[in-house]
Amino acid sequence: MSLLEVTDLNKAFGSVKAADAISLAVAEHEVVGIIGANGAGKTTFVNMITGYQKPDTGRIEYQGRDITLLEPRQITRLGICRSFQVPQVFLSATVEDNLLIALGVAEHPRVPFWRKLRTDHLLNEAAVLLNRYRLADYRAQPAHQLPQGVRKLLDIAMAVVHRPRLLLLDEPTSGVSLDEKFEVMDIVMVALKEAGVTVLFVEHDMDIVGRYAKRVLAFYEGLILADGPPEEVLGHERVQEHVIGRGSAGGRRPPPDSAPKGGGHA
Amino acid sequence: MKDRTLWGLTAGTLLLAAGGVWLPNWAMFLVTVALAKGLAVLGLLILWRTGLMSFGQALYFALGGYTAGLLGQTFHVRDAFLLLAGGTAVSAAVAAALGFLIARYREIFFAMLTMAFSMILYGALVKSQALGSTDGFAITPATFAGFAPSGAILKLPLFWLACATAYFAALGLHRYLLSPMGALAVAIRDNEIRVEYLGVSVKDAVHVKTVLAAALTGAGGVITALAVGHIDPEMAYWTTSGEFVFVTILSGTGSIAAPFAGSILFELLRSFAVQYSPYTWQLTMGSVLLLLILFVPNGLWSLFGRLLRRAA
Repeated sequence: MSLLEVTDLNKAFGSVKAADAISLAVAEHEVVGIIGANGAGKTTFVNMITGYQKPDTGRIEYQGRDITLLEPRQITRLGICRSFQVPQVFLSATVEDNLLIALGVAEHPRVPFWRKLRTDHLLNEAAVLLNRYRLADYRAQPAHQLPQGVRKLLDIAMAVVHRPRLLLLDEPTSGVSLDEKFEVMDIVMVALKEAGVTVLFVEHDMDIVGRYAKRVLAFYEGLILADGPPEEVLGHERVQEHVIGRGSAGGRRPPPDSAPKGGGHA
Repeated sequence: MKDRTLWGLTAGTLLLAAGGVWLPNWAMFLVTVALAKGLAVLGLLILWRTGLMSFGQALYFALGGYTAGLLGQTFHVRDAFLLLAGGTAVSAAVAAALGFLIARYREIFFAMLTMAFSMILYGALVKSQALGSTDGFAITPATFAGFAPSGAILKLPLFWLACATAYFAALGLHRYLLSPMGALAVAIRDNEIRVEYLGVSVKDAVHVKTVLAAALTGAGGVITALAVGHIDPEMAYWTTSGEFVFVTILSGTGSIAAPFAGSILFELLRSFAVQYSPYTWQLTMGSVLLLLILFVPNGLWSLFGRLLRRAA
């Protein structure tokens, strides 16, 4: 059974189709890169999986359970977590407090008001995350003072406190300097691999996609143009033309069945 | 830095409670009312830290006071502890019901919606002949576990009850703010999206906070009603809510002791302003507010906090 199964997902904003009959399946432990030009529907896809936006039609199943209409917090509790293109952290709190709050509320379905947040147990767990995501040097720094790369790492560290089985990373290296990009991804991917997390990440940098993804989904105008191993998808003529932007962009919408398909069905 | 809140609060309360024996009647009354209103400001502190400001806490203040009055008038309940429990429970219950709507709103909409509810109650009280209309009605003097104070110590038991209520409310809130639910206040103020993606319902968390704030304000309303011995619709009027907001700005939200210190200072300031400039006292209060916003935007407690940090 697939970990995630999406069937005939549609979403439109006025006349713009952000998702056009998307169907795919993701198996446990896969690392899937999602590519596409701006407006191709990548973030909308992540938003629909994580409950931030509801599809117009279609069905999303996680471990065989229909999660299409669940709220983000319910989806999070099931084990699907996410990070954001713009890091969503608590800016006035320190890095450690960000993690403590995340750990404190993740521990209990009903947030307790009689237990202390700063217990030895939670401080130890926060210390593990601080080290794993190379945040220890910034422990006492308020999040609003952090460099973008570090803020991205904090965002991802907060996303994993629920020990997700499926993690969606929305442009984990956007806004991160060229020097830091691979470092950030190395830290994240090593940590997630250790934890056995299935990962879907949206990315514009094809070097990053080629290095970390085992499967690539190429989005174009709400369609999955190609789905397969990175070398196959990234080398495909239509993906190069319409997604990566090399060659002549005709501007016409290519037929979806003319591209390679891999583990899922688009 | 080590948390000295418990010892500081305990010492402060014991000193105040012991000092009350030597306080003149006017000062004992002033401090009792100030502590009662400090409870309402403590409730505002919870909301303020969550990034919310209520201009309608007078609703719960009046509910507390009127519940105490009606319990005495209708059911002949005179015990101060029962009246306090009753007023607090009614305020919390009303907030729990209204919270389903209020917790959906933020910023100015939250503030105005809370004010709208308090003004609805004000309107209803003004029109209600059974509740004394604009005149209100007198409160039956309270007893304390069977003891009916009189003579020289008439006001002392209520003063001590105010001290004890303020102490336990402040300690309870301190513990709450140290818990994950309490820490969510800052989290919600900073980033509601992340809170939802941590698996928490922001609406539920705000709902809980409005109920807590209402319960504290209701308790303040009961004590004020017992201290004054009379209740009227002014308790629900928007200027009463404005007074709580004034004291929150005056005291700051840096500590759970700040609302009480700020409230005592406010009552002293107002008393002297009224005494020395009876026709322009509002001008004095307005000037103080202006100076505070300009020079001490984080409230007077921030000055005290700075001194403490320097000493450490």
